[in-house]
Amino acid sequence: MFNRILALIVKETLMVLRNKDARLVLIVPPLMQLFIFAFAATLDVQNIPIGILNRDNGEKSIELVQRFNGIPTFNPIYYLKSVEEITSFIDQQKGVMVLSIDEQFSRNLDAKKPVDVQLILDGRKSNTVQIVVGYVSRMLDDFNQDIATEVGITLQNTKIYPRNWFNPNLIFYWYNVPCLAGVLTMTIGFTLTALSVAREREMGTFDQLLVSPLQPFEILLGKSIPAIIISLVEATIIILAGIFIFRIPFTGYLILFYLSLFVFVCSVVGLGLLISSISETQQQAILGAFGIMSPAIILSGFATPIENMPKGLQYLTYINPLRYILVIAKGLFLKAMPADIVLSNTWPMAVIALFTLTGAAWFFRKRLE
Amino acid sequence: MQNKFLKLRINGRFRRLKALMVKEFYQIIRDPSSILISVVLPLVLLFIYGFGISLDANHVKIGLVLEDTSPDAQSFAKSLTDSRYFDVTVVKDRRELDKDFLRGAIRGIVVIPSYFSAFRQRQDNVAPIQVIGDGSEPNTANFVQNYLQLTWQNWLQQERISSKLSGIPLINAQPRFWYNEELKSHNFLVPGSLAIIMTLIGTLLTALVISREWERGTMEAVMSTPVTIVELLFAKLLSYYILAMASMLMCVTFTVLLYQVPLRGSWWVLTLVSSIFLFPALGTGLLISTTSKSQIIAAQISIVSAFLPAFILSGFLFEISSMPLPIQILTYIIPARYFVSCLQTLFLVGTVWGLLWSNMLAMIALGIVVFMVTAHYTVKRLD
Repeated sequence: MFNRILALIVKETLMVLRNKDARLVLIVPPLMQLFIFAFAATLDVQNIPIGILNRDNGEKSIELVQRFNGIPTFNPIYYLKSVEEITSFIDQQKGVMVLSIDEQFSRNLDAKKPVDVQLILDGRKSNTVQIVVGYVSRMLDDFNQDIATEVGITLQNTKIYPRNWFNPNLIFYWYNVPCLAGVLTMTIGFTLTALSVAREREMGTFDQLLVSPLQPFEILLGKSIPAIIISLVEATIIILAGIFIFRIPFTGYLILFYLSLFVFVCSVVGLGLLISSISETQQQAILGAFGIMSPAIILSGFATPIENMPKGLQYLTYINPLRYILVIAKGLFLKAMPADIVLSNTWPMAVIALFTLTGAAWFFRKRLE
Repeated sequence: MQNKFLKLRINGRFRRLKALMVKEFYQIIRDPSSILISVVLPLVLLFIYGFGISLDANHVKIGLVLEDTSPDAQSFAKSLTDSRYFDVTVVKDRRELDKDFLRGAIRGIVVIPSYFSAFRQRQDNVAPIQVIGDGSEPNTANFVQNYLQLTWQNWLQQERISSKLSGIPLINAQPRFWYNEELKSHNFLVPGSLAIIMTLIGTLLTALVISREWERGTMEAVMSTPVTIVELLFAKLLSYYILAMASMLMCVTFTVLLYQVPLRGSWWVLTLVSSIFLFPALGTGLLISTTSKSQIIAAQISIVSAFLPAFILSGFLFEISSMPLPIQILTYIIPARYFVSCLQTLFLVGTVWGLLWSNMLAMIALGIVVFMVTAHYTVKRLD
């Protein structure tokens, strides 16, 4: 029996590796995605174009405007000439914010009166502008502090010291690359299996497999083991790229990562085979794979946090294996996550794997009858 | 005589086109996967994107370490617990929170040290508050830091008012959020996600269906009839155009009714912009189906070259200006980039012609390029 399965594993692996198209699809897109998405999928705020309308010619306003120059967050800065320009500036998305300083600014400040500056923000980019407002209010706070010191008053003798653990400079790809290790491994494991049985059935080679001495579960094993191995190899490539090319610290235990990756890949491969054995044609398999993968990525917390979703959807994420591997990947890369927390995220994946693999086996058998 | 002949030819052309359209129509209606892609998948995606993608962080769970129990520290703690942005767990010792922080159960820790109020009384010292963000979630960490800053500033302001401290010149920022006053992220995410759904129908559906015809050889069968290749492809594109527009209408209706996103621009302009977007999108689908040999490859190429870029590089969720320069340049050849900007504007702002024109022109230009490349490959394929 063992020999038979081994023979099938060798055949399946060779089939993937010898097919030029399949090879290309396996290697090029994941690496391309890794490098593009690691840098592109960023909610970071940098090089934000803004406009400044300064209707005051006093010393103080010029000083304030000066502070906006040369900050990497705000670049380029456009200087508007009139209030009328603000609407078209924002509407045409030439910038996401206009800082508007009115005529009375310096005069009021010199008269020791509080003054307002207006920030007009483009609500079409509400996440970006919220970060921008935080940034500007911190700048104004510093400015106030300096003015107060000038006139000899202590404005506030307390201060906030912001620190970020695990990723002190909040580098976005430190978050992206560990997550992509999970996302891309899933994409590969899934495409390898979701299409395999459906394709063989459409091409008629599946019947040939069936008349061989192989038992149904042996065929299933023979299909899943190569997919698991290839997915783990790809995961290894991404992890190595993360450590050596992106220079992201890997603070946890590698062995724990591989253990959970193995369980994760099993659950994904099971799901892929399940879809493959349910679908009648390749096209159904492709659509099924897409229809499951795309929500799985959204509902994993990769694009936006799970906490922000409505409660009902949050429960749905518990059956998503990607959710757990992302916690583990970020934890083991950045947080030196201890074994007990890792394992508490691994066992749900093991349960999912059990369900998907037995489900695949069941449908597979049912199909044969 | 010649005139009559020409008329006959044109008549024949229309007749053939009509026949082809009828054939395509039945093909679409009878093919479950076409209906699946154009009706079911958009609704599922609209639902998942609309509810699953949200940048509105409310009630972020944070821990507050209150080492100091003076009225000063208590009053700041109160302003934190009252804030709708945070869900605060108060403890005496930071070590109680370490495990939760590692697990990701809380996203930030605020430490008010035991000497906080003592330092505050003295002129020569600054009373520190430490805010620790979870760097493994950079956007949430940013959020925590920003909103703590804001809560803290408001608290100071309150203190100043209650202690009647005046005569200090202070600058206050008055933020005005135009077009999305309540700062709901789904107001711009849902219109943006329409671009992704349209990419899916325009490109994935076209690529899959036409590549199946090439794979099965039915394309050649139709071509052996008097129908020319141009007529054939035109009929196909026109049918999928109609299908995509119907799907778009369905999604827009859901966006307005279910998600309550205002549609401030005109329906006609929305129709125009969507039609123009479909030009490069359908072209890409056609190109993929002609160049790839099998459905599987066609599906994968369309996901990698159309769907994922529309998701990541279109500016729908991730800010383009924050990307590195080479990737920013890459986004210019992604049609969805222009479409997302048009959609967000049409929904939230209105019909802003200046912005729409330039985006529409860019999409037309991309469409022309795609069709020229497609024509080249299609002719080659037939040889």
